Amino acid sequence: MNANVYVKMHNISKTFGLVKANDSVNFEVNKGEIHALLGENGAGKSTLMNMLSGIYKPDSGSIFIRGKETIFHSPKESINMGIGMIHQHVKLVDVQTATENIIMGMKGGFFVNSKSISGKINKVSEQFGLLVDPNKKVYDMSIGEKQAVEILKVLYKGADILIMDEPTAVLTPQETKKLFETMRKMANEGCAIIIITHKLNEVMEISDRVTVLRKGKTIGTLITRETSPKEMTDMMVGETTNLSIHRAEVLRGNKVLEVDHIYAKNKQGVDVLKDISFNLYEGEVVGVAGVTGSGQKELCETISGLYPTESGRILFKEENLIGLTPKDIIKRGISMSFIPEDRLGMGLVASMDMVDNFLLKVHHEQKGALVKRKPVAKQCERIIKKLNISTPGINHPIKQLSGGNIQKVLIGREIDTNPHVLITAYAVRGLDVGASHTIYDLINEQKRKGVGILFIGEDLDVLLGLCDRIIVMCEGLITGNVITTEVTKDEIGLMMAGGKMAGIKKEEVLHAND
Amino acid sequence: MEGFLVALVIASTPLLFATLGEIMTEKAGLLNLGVEGMMLIGAVAGFGAGYTTNSPVIAVIAAIVAGGFSGLLFGFLTISLRANQVVSGLTLTIFGAGFSSFLGTNFIGLKMSESFITSFEPFKIPLLSSIPIIGNALFNQDLFVYGGMIVAILLGVYLYRTRKGLNLVAVGENPSAADASGINVDLYKYVHLTLGGALCGLGGAYLSVVDVPQWQDNITAGRGWIAIALVIFVAWNPIKAIFGAYLFGGLSIIGFRLQQYGISQSLLDTLPYLVTIIVLVISSTRNSKDNGPPKGLSVPYFREER
Amino acid sequence: MRMIKRTDMTPSKAILIRTIAISLSILIASLFIVIMGHNPLSVFVSMIVGAFGTAYRIQDTLTIAIPLVVTSIGIMIAFKMKFWNIGAEGQILMGAFMASYVALNYGDLPKIVLLPLMFIAGFVGGGFWALIPAVLKVQFGTNETIITLMLNYIAINWITYLQYGPWKDPGSMGFPRIAEFSDNALLPKLFGVHVGWIIAIIIVIIISFILAKTKNGYKLSVVGESVDTARYAGMNVKRIIITSIVVSGGICGLVGMMEVSGVNRTLTAGVSAGYGYTAIITTWLSGLKATVIIPVSILFAGMIKGGSFIQTAFQIPQSAADLLQALILFFVIGSEFFIQYRLVKSEKKEVA
Repeated sequence: MNANVYVKMHNISKTFGLVKANDSVNFEVNKGEIHALLGENGAGKSTLMNMLSGIYKPDSGSIFIRGKETIFHSPKESINMGIGMIHQHVKLVDVQTATENIIMGMKGGFFVNSKSISGKINKVSEQFGLLVDPNKKVYDMSIGEKQAVEILKVLYKGADILIMDEPTAVLTPQETKKLFETMRKMANEGCAIIIITHKLNEVMEISDRVTVLRKGKTIGTLITRETSPKEMTDMMVGETTNLSIHRAEVLRGNKVLEVDHIYAKNKQGVDVLKDISFNLYEGEVVGVAGVTGSGQKELCETISGLYPTESGRILFKEENLIGLTPKDIIKRGISMSFIPEDRLGMGLVASMDMVDNFLLKVHHEQKGALVKRKPVAKQCERIIKKLNISTPGINHPIKQLSGGNIQKVLIGREIDTNPHVLITAYAVRGLDVGASHTIYDLINEQKRKGVGILFIGEDLDVLLGLCDRIIVMCEGLITGNVITTEVTKDEIGLMMAGGKMAGIKKEEVLHAND
Repeated sequence: MEGFLVALVIASTPLLFATLGEIMTEKAGLLNLGVEGMMLIGAVAGFGAGYTTNSPVIAVIAAIVAGGFSGLLFGFLTISLRANQVVSGLTLTIFGAGFSSFLGTNFIGLKMSESFITSFEPFKIPLLSSIPIIGNALFNQDLFVYGGMIVAILLGVYLYRTRKGLNLVAVGENPSAADASGINVDLYKYVHLTLGGALCGLGGAYLSVVDVPQWQDNITAGRGWIAIALVIFVAWNPIKAIFGAYLFGGLSIIGFRLQQYGISQSLLDTLPYLVTIIVLVISSTRNSKDNGPPKGLSVPYFREER
Repeated sequence: MRMIKRTDMTPSKAILIRTIAISLSILIASLFIVIMGHNPLSVFVSMIVGAFGTAYRIQDTLTIAIPLVVTSIGIMIAFKMKFWNIGAEGQILMGAFMASYVALNYGDLPKIVLLPLMFIAGFVGGGFWALIPAVLKVQFGTNETIITLMLNYIAINWITYLQYGPWKDPGSMGFPRIAEFSDNALLPKLFGVHVGWIIAIIIVIIISFILAKTKNGYKLSVVGESVDTARYAGMNVKRIIITSIVVSGGICGLVGMMEVSGVNRTLTAGVSAGYGYTAIITTWLSGLKATVIIPVSILFAGMIKGGSFIQTAFQIPQSAADLLQALILFFVIGSEFFIQYRLVKSEKKEVA
């Protein structure tokens, strides 16, 4: 076998419960190559890489590292074979320094000799252009710095097969650029690099080859410069049908929500919302774009009365919502659904059945001291039919439903309250294409009914397809407020990084740069 | 005053051992509320073994082994069987109380032999013990007292200066990061839980073997719980634990001393508990990044889950 | 070996697993009894006879079961909120203290007025003692387990102080003892057991109804499952936690009232008799279900009563009963794992 083939994964299968996460997957990476692993959420990319890094064991299939068949029983064995994984969510210990994190789990003398270790770390970091202060505590670091520590961690251990799991998801475009430079350097030094992503432009920009996964299966491996985004999309999605998102054309009505110069601080006293102002009209979908953690969650919670503000007003039909309780705000017809990363935890109670989960919203409306479950049960039956939710029944704990069905339950409930304002955050998180379109249809339906919708999303293509207007947030500021049809994806990307744009009034720009 | 200080250090020693044991356990991310039970198990094992064999060495070994086993039992429930840590800890306490009282029925009223007691007599450390006021309290004590201070310092060095210690911190703070770095998370938890249990057992044995040294039912009288509070009070720092233990040891004997001034002993006896509450409230209001509990504390960690 | 989360668990299977666990713990206990040189069967039989053998013994056992049932209900409410209240002991004592205050100072009031007053006082005493950790938890995130435990010790010392000091009965000839209550302050008996058993049943019914059918009960379960979700649903989480915990402590306080009025006829530091701790076990074993609490509590009362019986019959120390309880609990806690997961042997096997 060619010694340049650093990684060869042959017919790998892995099942979780009833889900086939990987089904006879084949995958190869060469020395000095940057290989993109492309696929939608849930396509099985992370599972495959977790098996390469020894976190999971494959149910069947074989792994060859530098031509030698290998079975990993633990991450340690994978590390010893020179494989390093850089996780999407940095796996660092906050209270420890960069050095302490880098040497975590390594063999060596009983005592830690920080001086000699720091020296070695500095050497490695200079070689690859990763600038990190070895004595800085992780909790004082920016996201970019943390990621640099993660990379150093694996390089320091002598890894030459690097797996990067969606490394750009939390980075600004500028940080991304720097990361790509580092990756190039590493490849030139002879490393084999695997980058997991679902962003086509990144595949085109950085990779030499690309392997596409769909629903746990390998669809094919391509040479990047010989392919096109269109071809890759087809392979990812599996259908050549036009999957562009339909945008309901609705004449927008009266102003329903006015957010007026809102400021908010978090518990540590850091500004998380800075001078946020925008309007939302009936029959309009306004998208919110931004890198995760730019203030989207705080914005949702502020409007819902869950997050304290420093100053500013939020007017709902002339009435200031600031100071009202979350319950009062719900009663006025402002509905919020926030899909957190684990899907449950906010908005739903996992161990309860559908009826009790629907009760969460309606029990405020019921009179008397008792809860009335009968009318809610009818409502649930109706929603199950309407949204095609697959569940054994309304009295079944919802944690046993699949992710897509759980999300349908949540959004179905929010929409069924007949809101005036609907706030949805990450509504299609982790859903497949079909389920996502069900959700888009629901949103369009509400729009036609004249509901004002605030749609917080991650995927710019979705935002551009679905929304009438897009607000861009960066570090708690609004850096853009643009009509969807008049803007390109690149322009939005710039705004997400804090750049100014067209479409926003001049004085607001000045304000934004304060 | 000097007599008070000597008594204070003695009263603080079982607290110190138990606190160090619980620090080890919590650093591994496990909240073991069974300290009281482990101390009682160590106390009865130490006393029983010591009384029957008349050997101080065997008494100490028995306490270590019994405490270690009780930690292991907690580990089996919470690590391997993923049981709720709070309930498992409470059960361990109930078990320890029942176990020690059960075995102890045979020992009630028994005293260690003179020869046994002399092996734990205080001995002076030259020069240091002649320091005024604190000399006698710190450097004219029995083996356990010295042992406690040494273990505290060793544990401090271990946690902050050695690779294994840093790995342990990682296990308690971010087990998935530790796991990804090739650290055997469960093994670390088991080992430190067992060692922690052994220290708690030693703390209990100090009471039954050296301090009293006579068997009485429920000999720990809530010290295990104070130790859990102390862990929070000293912010999981073994060195600070020495001073925290002194403070609480002092509070626990002050009631008896002040009785002669006509203050109710019952009310004074509430002092350690009151101070614990105040300390807990204060430490939960301060929001320091370095002095907080391990982030993985009482959160079970399993790799294969999805 | 690796484990897989079960999706096929039915209530009957879960009960089977728990039954196996309890049987195993009894088996281990038998082993110990054999080692001690007794016949386990005859020990267990005489335990049962000692607890339920005669009408008088049944009455005694029920008298122990009453405080266990009521305390377990109080603890259950707290545990449902994931508020690890181990302070029932102190809450019982403070309830007893307040009820005794009423009984000792207003003993001349007619029964029909005095008893309800004592009842309310007991609730207030226990409720107040639970309010402290609840407020601290909600406001500062202070660990409730340790606070409630510290409050137990403070309560014991407080009552001891009263017993030796201000409340000492001048007619006790120097004994540190609090005076006996007047007859008006005593709970009447029905079928040889003080009417606390009726109160216990009423409390079980009321609390079951509140949890299953009312808004407040519903809110309590939501907060217990997920604080974030409760916030998103517009619930006032802090208020729900505090109210529930005060009710939880108040119910434990009622136990104190019933014990001083129905059993002890006076206040002593030993009035709670460890019920606060035993009830933690019964609550957990009942799976936080109010109706299951009654049989489990009677069973445990039988173990306590039977335990003291075998002490005289076999010279097995009373603490053997404590050990048996802990053993059962260990096995039941451990068995939860097999309800949640199952073990699969090799990794090559496909899972259906």
